[in-house]
Amino acid sequence: MAALSAWQERLEETALAPVRRTGLRYWALVAFLLAVIGWGVYAYSIQLRDGLIVTGMRDRISWGLYIATFVFFIGISHAGTLISAILRVSQARWRTPVTRMAEFITVVALVCGASFVIIDLGRPDRVLNVFVYGRWQSPIIWDVLAITTYLTASITYLFVPMIPDLALFRDRLSGRTSRWRGWLYRAVAIGWVGNVAQRRSLGTAIGVLMILIIPIAVSVHTVVSWVFAMTLRVPWNSALFGAFFVAGAIFSGIAMLIIVMAILRRAYSLQEYVTEKHFVYLGYLMAAFAGIMIYANISELITHGYKMEEGVEFQFRQLFLTQFGPLFWFYLLGGLVAPIVLALLPRTRNVPGMVLAAGLVTTAMWIERYIIVVSGLRVPLMPYEPASYAPTWVEWSMLAAGLALFALLITIFTKVFPIIAVWEVAEDHEAMLARPDIARPAALKTPELAEGAGR
Amino acid sequence: MSDRADGRRDDPGAERGASTAPVEGRHGGPQIGRRHVLRLLGLGALSVAPLPVLPTLLRAAVDIDEPPRPQADAARTADGRIRQWTMIIDLRSCDGCQSVDKPPRCTAACIEGHFAPEPMEWIEIFEGELPGGGTQFIPTPCQHCQNPPCVNVCPVAATFSTPEGTVLIDQDRCIGCRICMAACPYDRRFFNWGNAPVPPESLLADYSPEHQIPVRKGTVMKCDFCPDMARAGTLPYCVQACPQRAIYYGDLEEDIATNGKVLVSASRFLTENHAYQLKEELGTKPRVYYIPGHGAAAGRDAFTPGRQPTEWPWVERVEGAVTWQR
Repeated sequence: MAALSAWQERLEETALAPVRRTGLRYWALVAFLLAVIGWGVYAYSIQLRDGLIVTGMRDRISWGLYIATFVFFIGISHAGTLISAILRVSQARWRTPVTRMAEFITVVALVCGASFVIIDLGRPDRVLNVFVYGRWQSPIIWDVLAITTYLTASITYLFVPMIPDLALFRDRLSGRTSRWRGWLYRAVAIGWVGNVAQRRSLGTAIGVLMILIIPIAVSVHTVVSWVFAMTLRVPWNSALFGAFFVAGAIFSGIAMLIIVMAILRRAYSLQEYVTEKHFVYLGYLMAAFAGIMIYANISELITHGYKMEEGVEFQFRQLFLTQFGPLFWFYLLGGLVAPIVLALLPRTRNVPGMVLAAGLVTTAMWIERYIIVVSGLRVPLMPYEPASYAPTWVEWSMLAAGLALFALLITIFTKVFPIIAVWEVAEDHEAMLARPDIARPAALKTPELAEGAGR
Repeated sequence: MSDRADGRRDDPGAERGASTAPVEGRHGGPQIGRRHVLRLLGLGALSVAPLPVLPTLLRAAVDIDEPPRPQADAARTADGRIRQWTMIIDLRSCDGCQSVDKPPRCTAACIEGHFAPEPMEWIEIFEGELPGGGTQFIPTPCQHCQNPPCVNVCPVAATFSTPEGTVLIDQDRCIGCRICMAACPYDRRFFNWGNAPVPPESLLADYSPEHQIPVRKGTVMKCDFCPDMARAGTLPYCVQACPQRAIYYGDLEEDIATNGKVLVSASRFLTENHAYQLKEELGTKPRVYYIPGHGAAAGRDAFTPGRQPTEWPWVERVEGAVTWQR
């Protein structure tokens, strides 16, 4: 037991380390991110003053980088759901050290994504009209409902499994940290002492939440796709769109999780817990979703391309040959084929290889969202010269600020909340020690969260 | 705090430090934890529950000083039936104003009548290609669909169908999300991307969705079918201005239409001249009908392409005004 408690002690110290020590490099990073966000605020103030004329969007391509980034961020937010809920439902034990990070990403990406819709509005001063005059028939209202529900659910889903760790922070840091932190941890630990009844409630709550959050997450990206699929635009006119967007969302979510994992593992020395195994497993999962994406693309392209209805030829030309050719081929080869190759080759089946694959996927998925939005609108509706669109410096600044906000919120989260699910990792570790035989020792027969009832 | 103290009193076996590791404590305890978690879940549910009633509450709070949507009563026939405005465009007579050698007069009159900002052509003359070569001119206003994709997708009912069968936009409500522009299959919606140059007198006009003056930055505009003029007994600007009398305006309910010179039975005119609608296969059910042709009645040769580009007379610029390209 001595070895175990030493192990537990080391785990708790690792989880507490970010809160205890804050180096100069952290503040430098925060300052840098704040500067980028500040630049974005300046760009937005110009947009507020002059109108959307400062963007590259015009009547014929009336959505652009903002909407693409919105879809991208909402996609990223599926990281938490998949890794956490789906792996929890399937009782994949290896997930425990990375679930917390995934749930952080979900909440933060939702906040960033939702803000891009407001940035895109011509009249942000009237955004409350959505609640005052909202019509259930509009896909935008479906989006508002789905995203607010998902945000509520994912904050709850982040918070509930964190309660025991917050109590750990409360107990270990009491009197040894600033007053507001002491107050914060006391408040958010909501009186957790870890007795049997509390643990049973926690297990039930997590069990309910993880089942609930999966359909919510699926619905979110489905209705995001319906913003496009409910119009009469040829390239968007597809019943596959919902499933295609959900698959792409999970795909990009895994990629973003791998990137965040790599950064946090380095920054906070989590090598003992976040191991190469996690990167490779997630890499496999990402490769599997790359396969699904390839299938979806073939399915989508061939049903349109075989028949060549009005506008489809134009769409295929701009995708494969002209306007979007380089981007689209990068998406297909760099974003869908390359991750599979990287996951299959033994030489790249390691942390740098998987991070490279994740970087490719994240970039390619942003590009895919951009192509879907812009190419769909570019197909001419009437006999006119096809319009063109190029994002302006304002739009690029907002994208940079959005990514900086994403990074900043994650950075701040890691300094306030436990980045590793300490109790889940500990449970997992104990269960592992108790093996190899499947019969569990008597000591573990009591209600136990990782494999107990309701999990 | 008291909850926690209670918990520890009832659960003396659990040490403080170890208690946070759930595998350690195995003794039965009070139901406080469950109550907390349930309370938490309850609060979560409560935060979602008001969503359906929220609009009603907000509307009740906002409505007090909000002016009613400015819109006149529907026009009626002598026996009280609501008029159903329609437009019939006779392409046999439309030569894109090649014969008068000017920018299309319908577009020009519409722009002047509505103070439409550059580059908005609420009625735009597209030049379509004919199967055997040559071109035809297609004056294209908002099609005033009876199954309007734009109205279907609008999140705030800023664009709406009227009993007269027209589709209007309330620029005082529009939030500028532009989903209607993505939804419109006829490219007939225009966004106020910036401060458009408009004549100062337009700023004095009384705003109404049927008469979208003055312009409002960050909102969507389009052809409003001029029902206010029709009710006053005048034809829309575009109909009045057409030198070839190619545009008919009328009422399907009373089954009449006129181009300002002749009065026709709308149904008979449509049927006998093989009228069609733009993109009928989409099921949008437009209120604008076309009679096929390429300006032959106006003496135009189909193989003489090209029309004059539209001009906007608003040379004087409001401070900070900008124009843009579509």
